[in-house]
Amino acid sequence: MLQSFKLAIKSIWSNKMRSFLTMLGIIIGVASVIILVSLVNGYMSTVVENFASMGVNQMTVRLTNLTSRSVGVDDMYQFYEEHDDLFAQMTPQVSLNATIKKGNETLTSTSVGGYSEAYLAIKGYELEAGRNLQYGDITSRNKVCVLGSYGAQELFGSAEKALGETVKLNGYAFTVVGVVEQQEEDGPEEGGTDDLLWIPYSVAVKIAGSADISSYVFATADVEDTDTCKTLLEEYLYTFYKDDDLYRVMANSEMLDSLNEQIAMMSAMLGGIAGISLLVAGVGVMNIMLVSVTERVREIGIRKALGARRRTIMEQFVIEAAVTSSIGGVIGILLGAAVTSLAGGLIGIKATPTPAAVLISFSVSVGIGLIFGYMPADRAAKLNPIDALRSD
Amino acid sequence: MAETRTEEDRTPLIQLADIYKIYQMGDESVHANDGISLTIYKGEFVAIVGKSGSGKSTLMNIIGALDVPTSGTYLLGGEDVSDMTDDELAGIRNKMIGFIFQQYNLLPKLDLLENVELPLLYAGVPAAERRERAMASLERVGLKGKWKNMPSQLSGGQQQRVSIARALAGDPSLILADEPTGALDSKTSREVLDFLKKLNEEGNTIVMITHDSSIALEAKRVVRIHDGKIDFDGDVNEYAAIL
Repeated sequence: MLQSFKLAIKSIWSNKMRSFLTMLGIIIGVASVIILVSLVNGYMSTVVENFASMGVNQMTVRLTNLTSRSVGVDDMYQFYEEHDDLFAQMTPQVSLNATIKKGNETLTSTSVGGYSEAYLAIKGYELEAGRNLQYGDITSRNKVCVLGSYGAQELFGSAEKALGETVKLNGYAFTVVGVVEQQEEDGPEEGGTDDLLWIPYSVAVKIAGSADISSYVFATADVEDTDTCKTLLEEYLYTFYKDDDLYRVMANSEMLDSLNEQIAMMSAMLGGIAGISLLVAGVGVMNIMLVSVTERVREIGIRKALGARRRTIMEQFVIEAAVTSSIGGVIGILLGAAVTSLAGGLIGIKATPTPAAVLISFSVSVGIGLIFGYMPADRAAKLNPIDALRSD
Repeated sequence: MAETRTEEDRTPLIQLADIYKIYQMGDESVHANDGISLTIYKGEFVAIVGKSGSGKSTLMNIIGALDVPTSGTYLLGGEDVSDMTDDELAGIRNKMIGFIFQQYNLLPKLDLLENVELPLLYAGVPAAERRERAMASLERVGLKGKWKNMPSQLSGGQQQRVSIARALAGDPSLILADEPTGALDSKTSREVLDFLKKLNEEGNTIVMITHDSSIALEAKRVVRIHDGKIDFDGDVNEYAAIL
């Protein structure tokens, strides 16, 4: 066995060029599996991270209220209080299409919404200046607002300067009482996470001109309980509506699940495509091993004449093929890792080869050597020593 | 069979009984060995001589356990080799036979020591002992000092001596030399033949295959093959007489 390894390394070394070309197939195959899988994983985990920062523990409830059957804010709060062990926060949500004005300046892309004081905690944001919306603002229908850092900077220059100032929302004047801390690392952008404005939901309903609230955001205490929470909510809503077309509960974690599924599928698909190149590399190994056997018929004949058994010859060639392809595999892994971190750096994602990708591609390359080395080795082992000795 | 040996009680090493080797060439069957019976005793130096196509190479393949006869029995050291499997034959070759080939048949990518070690490697001899025995064998042929050389760095005569060392390394019962001087000039041929004679005097059984009657005269006993049959078997002096 050890002897076969020595022989294999000797043979690979004495045919450097040919061995390298054989390995090249494996190197490219393994490297491309690693690069593709790692980059997809890296990219997708960035996407997932972004998504998760939107709150995996959130679920949104949408209602279609009819005159005969409806659920009001009080009903929802009652449900929330009954299950405060499962839910951490809850707020009604009233989205508004509104432009914000301050003097001649107008912001049109700002996401404007009416919420309760709980929304800040649901989003997991902190305030940079001022105060949050308060329970009193909601009950008294105070025309106050919490502004995102984009609006604060664009309209007032800074968070501190914005406090106590007034902005006009569809003609109504609102006093800025708080400014949310900047969320985006690269600075606030128009239409981005930092381009927001929150007002008390009680006020928003009036501006929107609708009679009731059709959307709520819940935050579960534990992501694991998402399914339970969703079921409870649906059961509660059914007691009012008696028709499950009139309400819908959407959990962000479900979207995350389906996103993860897509990622797994995508990375399997790309890995599979790269895997085909590994297969082609395997055919290359087989080809070269066949050439090697043909070239070494005389050597095989001598070895057999001197007492080498079939198994011994077989072992020699199979090990040679396996050593060739595993050396290629190791080089491929190193190359793949290098290119991955280089490319990851260029695109700006954190991509590192997963241990699974490394392990699988290495064992596949060794396996290829064994499988595709078998046929030529078997041919070598079965050579008749007389014929083999006679050849030149 | 003309058995003219004086010591009738010697142990037979090779016992060929009614050996046929028939090749099918299209519709025709070629009798390469056509009923050969031959006994060779331990310690003999036998030359098997014949023209090309006489069937002597086929006979050598059978004696060397490289091939099995179509019919007949072949006992080598009392063991029936006639219908062994490929691997069993490999074991017999490894244990019992030391080959010396016309083309030396050294492995070009191994140094002299590794070449001589090969039969021991296949016999499963541990590394340290292998090295020691191979060195001793190289010393016998006077090439110990060159053990690190590659075969291509040696002259033809030296390469043939390495192949003799390889044949001796496994301490075989039979040394089978196939045209051992075929590729050598007359001076080195002389050296190789003298060496074979010396090995024989030391008690080794040697069977030498040759097409050249003058080489055959170096042996003690000559067996001549013609058309797949033995047409002469006798003492070297008798053979010299009929030439």
